[in-house]
Order: sequence, then structure tokens, then C-alpha cells
Amino acid sequence: MRRYSAFSLAREAMRSHTGWDKQWDNPEPRSRYDVIIVGAGGHGLGTAYYLAAEHGITNIAVLEKGWLGGGNTGRNTTIIRSNYLYDESAGIYNHAIKLWEGLSAELNYNVMFSQRGVMMLAHNVHDVQVAQRHIHANRLNGVDNQWLTPEEAKAFCPPLNISRSARYPVMGAALQKKGGTARHDAVAWGYARAASARGVHIIQNCEVTGIHRGADGAVTGVETTRGTINAGKVGVVAAGHTSVLMEMAGLRMPLESFPLQALVSEPVKPVFPCVVMSNSVHAYISQSDKGELVIGAGTDQYTSYSQTGGLHILSHTLEAICEMFPMFTRMKMLRTWGGIVDVTPDRSPILAKTPVKGLYANCGWGTGGFKATPGSAHVFAHTIARDEPHEINAGFTLERFRTGRLIDEAAAAAVAH
Amino acid sequence: MLLIRCPYCEEERPELEFAGAGEAHIARPANMSDISDEDFEAFFFIRENQKGIVFERWRHIHGCGRFFNAARHSVSDKFIVTYKAGEPKPELTDEQIAAVAGATGKSGK
Repeated sequence: MRRYSAFSLAREAMRSHTGWDKQWDNPEPRSRYDVIIVGAGGHGLGTAYYLAAEHGITNIAVLEKGWLGGGNTGRNTTIIRSNYLYDESAGIYNHAIKLWEGLSAELNYNVMFSQRGVMMLAHNVHDVQVAQRHIHANRLNGVDNQWLTPEEAKAFCPPLNISRSARYPVMGAALQKKGGTARHDAVAWGYARAASARGVHIIQNCEVTGIHRGADGAVTGVETTRGTINAGKVGVVAAGHTSVLMEMAGLRMPLESFPLQALVSEPVKPVFPCVVMSNSVHAYISQSDKGELVIGAGTDQYTSYSQTGGLHILSHTLEAICEMFPMFTRMKMLRTWGGIVDVTPDRSPILAKTPVKGLYANCGWGTGGFKATPGSAHVFAHTIARDEPHEINAGFTLERFRTGRLIDEAAAAAVAH
Repeated sequence: MLLIRCPYCEEERPELEFAGAGEAHIARPANMSDISDEDFEAFFFIRENQKGIVFERWRHIHGCGRFFNAARHSVSDKFIVTYKAGEPKPELTDEQIAAVAGATGKSGK
């Protein structure tokens, strides 16, 4: 892997950029690997990277039915925060924030991580109480979060309308200064490049159509559209398609897959300095470095694998955005799209071994998996390499739906689901 | 937005009139306190989540207010049939499934 640096950039600028290598290889699949990761999104590629970089396992294939980073990694609204309520959630999302902070340097790839702050608005007394409870819980867990008065919120985010006569008046806000955004594509590309440089095979256009198990029930490999590939360990990191894949191994999952949509506006000059979220009116917005307003909508009410959702979901979100930020009423929306998110009953992920020996699950991130990418990948690599969970993901088991030891962020996460 | 036929009102109405109510044909055990944790998990948490034909409940909340069931294809989002609550899961023919299995009009399968 050729390192990127100011020197290499200057050198290539002198010769019309003819000397750059491909960022990752496109190898033919071998018949056998030590570990197969199903799904080349950020979580899957990151898992392969940490397996190679921290656990010395490099004989890995990452199988992707489409193109890498083409699923939810390339479809989310790139927001990063860790202000969740419960200890387990604070643990994993804050682990992710710490890794985000060093990720560009570690991967030698600019993921454009920008800690511009994530501000969550409170519009009524209940919102205020919930936000302040969150702030206290977060601070006990070492997660930064602070309360802002309406005036302080306005100072942090000038476009905010804090008029008392607003339809949804701002009564204050919770601000996580360490939160922000990152370039989602660059996360997948950076992990892919770093993993490929360590010998990991990234095999695109290779759909897994079956999971093979031996006489003892343990995983022996997968069937794909490019033939049988054997491995003693298979990690499924397939987001919305997890139920489909797990069924191939005879496992039924506590998951439902829903469309989740997002949209971007035409690019404009910098007008919006941070991320603002509002639960009560269900809207969140930020501005990309390219200048587009990036807006996230809610899920549709029915399960689907269509990667498209209802237009009324988008218009509902835009109504809320225009209500809060009247300056955006005349902005043109350029693109909308949908992704399929796998939602667990308690709205917390599953990052664990499964009852099938050699089969591991990283799923259930629901509407908010991007922020966790490095943390999730890091502890999932540990789980696969050691065949036991890292202390950070020890609570995110599949068995919790049997034991009742839920991590019930459904009502407690900082956003409505 | 989906166009949904309410089997009670006997007409197609926009999705905005309806509330999705999850997977259909899940029978609540009558002896809830006696069942095992495994059975409770299967009843309460495990979902089919099929890529293909799904059987689901809807409620015509801004119409007649009644619950009913539907068979829909979860890739094209097209309905095959809606039927009244309490009726058995319909047997679907290959022709019925093939008729709804196509992609949606939108790109991005």
C-alpha cells in the first residue's frame, strides 16, 4: 500500500497523477479462508481490518453481493454521537468515538471526521426532563453531553429559531460536542484499502446463497454465486438482509427489516455549522462539506427489502425541517434514497456468537449503525478471533431476548425510532 | 405510498389511512404463565421477516378502525390479497406470487 502524504500528493501532482495504485485488489476467491465476513459495508470491512491489524488473522474474505460500501454505509446521514442512555450503549458508542478520533491517521485515509457537535432540541417540559436525565446518565458514563439554554443553543447554531412564538419553541438543547459527522464512503474505502493491504480478499459481486454446516453443526463455509468457499468462521454483517442469511443456517432472528430514507438538497455555501436533531418533530439535519443539507427521515411502517420508501415519509420530515428552519423552505431537494435497516425489539444491536458454532452475528443496528462503525468492527473482530465477546459487547447477545436481559434503548435512545 | 384494500370497507385507500401492525398469524399463547422462555421468545421476539411473501396485519385506523391481514411481496411492496381478521392464511398460487414479484418502479433494488 502506497502511503498518502503531502509529499506523495505533491509528487503525483507533478506527473498528472499517473502513479497512484488501486486502493484495493479485486482477487479471485480462494476455496478456503480462515474467516469469511459476509457484507462489505463499514462494519464488515472494519471487522476484516481489525482481524488483520490486531489479531494477526489475514486469510480473510469479505464477500459482498453488490459493491463495497453500497448498502447502508453509503446511504446513511453520517451522524456520529454516543449520547445513549444505558451503560452497554454508552460503552460501545463511546468506544467508537475514541476510534473515530484516530481513524484517519490509523487508516492513512481521510474519513473527514468532523466533531462539529450534535445538538438535540427540547421543545416541551417532557423533552427537557428527558434530555437532562440523559445528560446526567451520560456524564456518569464518561460521555460528554451538556445542557444549553435557548440562547446558548442559538449561539452554537445561529440558524435556529428560538422565538417563543415558534410552533415548536426551543426550550433548550443537549449538546454533545464530540459528536459530528464523517464521510461515509471514505470509511468503507479506507477500511477496504487498509484491509486489502494486509492481505484481506474483498470479493464484490459475490452473493452468499447458502451457509454450509458440518455433521457437528458447526459452520464449514458458504455457497456463493461464485462457488463454494470454505471457512471455519463466518461473520454475518449484512444489515437488512441478516434474517435472510441466518435462515440459511437454520437460525430465526428477532429482527424486522424496514425502509429508512434520507435526502440531500442542492449544495449551498456553509450555513449550518453542526448537527441538529429534534425528536418531538422528528427531524434531523446537517450540512455536508460539499454544501448539501443532509436530512434523515423516519422508517416506513411496514417491513420491506425494496430500498425505497413512501414519499409521505419524506414530506413529513421536510415539513418539520421547514417549521424549525424557515430559511430552508425554498431549498430544492436533489436526491432521495432508501436503505433497509434491521431493527431489534429493544433497538440495540446484536454483536455476538450464535448458537451455531463458528457463526457470528453483527446486526440489529436499526436506524443508527454508522456512528458505531469502528467500535462495532473492533469488538466484533475480537469476538471472532477469540471466540468470545469483548467486554464492551458482552451484553449485546442474541440470548437476551430469551433471558429478558434487554438493553432497552427503544424508549431511551436519544432519537425517536 | 401504498394503496391498500380494506376488506371491510371493500375499497382501496391510501396508506395514510392505515396503521401497520406487524406480522400476522402470531397466536398469543393462552397459557402465557406456563410457557418456557424459549416459547415466549419465539412468540414475542422472533419474526419471519421474509424477503418475499409476508403476511402482515394492518388497521384501517382512519376508516372503519378494524384490523385485517394482508399478503404482500416485501421486495416489490405489492399486495396480493387482503383478508379479514380471523380468516386463515390464504394459499397463494405461483401465478399470484409471480404477478407481484417484479421490482418496484424505482431504481435501487
